[in-house]
Amino acid sequence: MKLQGTVFKYGDNVDTDVIIPARYLNTPNHQELASHCLEDLDATFTKRVKPGDIIAAGSNFGCGSSREHAPIAIKASGISAVVAKSFARIFYRNAINIGLPIVECDAQIDEGDQIEIDFDNGKLYNITKNQSWDFVPFPDFLQNIIAAGGLLNSIDGGKE
Amino acid sequence: MGMTMTQKILAAHCGKQSVKAGEIIMADVDLALGNDITAPVAINEFNKTGCKKVFDKNKITFVLDHFTPNKDIKSAEQCKQTRDFAQQMGIVNFFDVGEMGIEHALLPEKGLVVAGDLVIGADSHTCTYGALGAFSTGIGSTDLAAAMATGKIWLKVPPAIRFNLTGQLPPHVYGKDLILQIIGMIGVDGALYKSMEFSGDGIATISISDRLCIANMAIETGAKNGIFPVDQKTLDFIKQHSSRQPVVYQADDNAEYEQVINIDLSQVKQTVAFPHLQENTRTFDDIPEIKIDQVVIGSCTNGRLEDLQVAAEIMQGKKVAKGVRVIIIPATQKIYLEAIERGLIRTFIEAGCVVSTPTCGPCLGGHMGILAQGERCIATTNRNFVGRMGHTDSEVYLASPAVAAASALAGKIVAAV
Repeated sequence: MKLQGTVFKYGDNVDTDVIIPARYLNTPNHQELASHCLEDLDATFTKRVKPGDIIAAGSNFGCGSSREHAPIAIKASGISAVVAKSFARIFYRNAINIGLPIVECDAQIDEGDQIEIDFDNGKLYNITKNQSWDFVPFPDFLQNIIAAGGLLNSIDGGKE
Repeated sequence: MGMTMTQKILAAHCGKQSVKAGEIIMADVDLALGNDITAPVAINEFNKTGCKKVFDKNKITFVLDHFTPNKDIKSAEQCKQTRDFAQQMGIVNFFDVGEMGIEHALLPEKGLVVAGDLVIGADSHTCTYGALGAFSTGIGSTDLAAAMATGKIWLKVPPAIRFNLTGQLPPHVYGKDLILQIIGMIGVDGALYKSMEFSGDGIATISISDRLCIANMAIETGAKNGIFPVDQKTLDFIKQHSSRQPVVYQADDNAEYEQVINIDLSQVKQTVAFPHLQENTRTFDDIPEIKIDQVVIGSCTNGRLEDLQVAAEIMQGKKVAKGVRVIIIPATQKIYLEAIERGLIRTFIEAGCVVSTPTCGPCLGGHMGILAQGERCIATTNRNFVGRMGHTDSEVYLASPAVAAASALAGKIVAAV
């Protein structure tokens, strides 16, 4: 799978409270959550984001709560992937489970850059800077989950 | 190569003789937990699978604790959805308003977790039950849905950091100070993806209540779980609360640890985590005058009877500072009743505090004590990110119940003496 998009850049420790504040957790509705995505960190995000855009961040992205509403809000806002130096573990598995592509890569990326991510071969290409980085592709088990669009799509459903 | 305590529990739950760090396993779940915020998402996903029943109605528990008693219509709808699903599926351990408490205080009290269990919860502080010698970790709603359907969860086996505790905590210094010190030492991602394995002869001096507090905040270092060895204190607690038999796992002598951190408990000091990150810790040789507007004593971290006891002893016969709102939240109905029996609630009210029914409430900025612009709160809760308890321009300082109570009387952040 390959994705290309324009970057929204954030720093370290972007926590789940700024991704989707608790005052909005009284709904599981994807579009409602998307409308408040990153509100307490970047009030302009929801106005500027377009389908296919990519978030790039520093270390420990998604730290804090287990709220699945966080990757849901990001995915439903139109973001196609998140690249970070490192991810907090619950956010990491939640993103995979809902089919939001994520990449752990310490690449040099700035706000507005155009980047391309090649998930199968583990390559991130910063088109704007004409530089590329390698990353470790997910093990097959996790790639299958993402390719299926999420955890529940990839397991046998309809069990009696 | 030997296994850590965590690795042993994981191996036992996927039918393997041994597992090693980095391996992905499919594990059997002993208990799956959800609350009024995370269960609705899980239920929606579960329903999409077409499953007609849950894998085991005795091994799933829902606790309606975050936005309850319902803070608004949407929260009420989420509770109703969870309630209806629990009834439909015959969920045995469903805790509604009246029976519920803050989930991570309630489950040990109800004896729902024993040593050797594998517990997953759609709440990041599920790591709390590691205090009882269980493997226990926070996950998301889709994981919960999959576990409700299949009774299994995929897990990556974590490497470990060993915390070797010796000596004894000094007077007025508690488990909260220890875990805040650890977070300050290694950072909010210092144990990322790892298990925090506590060990050493200092453990015997730490109460179960303090172990629950310490394990509760393992997630704040990025850890997968925190776990304490099982000793007589653990066994007594489990026997007192549960009819199930614990299974005791011990780390092998030749288990591998990525790091060993030695901590002399007698050197731990009263610690406060400053806004807006839990690793931003300071001790009282370095804390300027900071006036506060609100104090919260409660939460899954520090809402237990021992915590209320410590706070009440400090406030006994005294009054909270003028202009400071002090909110006390016993974590369960049983704790609340016992606190009444002991006269603690009277002490709090006479001091000028307010006492709430069990709820997560203000900890995550839900209800029961939200902060306005520019306000400051010292709290016994577990997170102080931007906007955590209200306005993005408000501040949360994290501390032990002792420091919080002393600060309530002083109107500013002070040490407990």
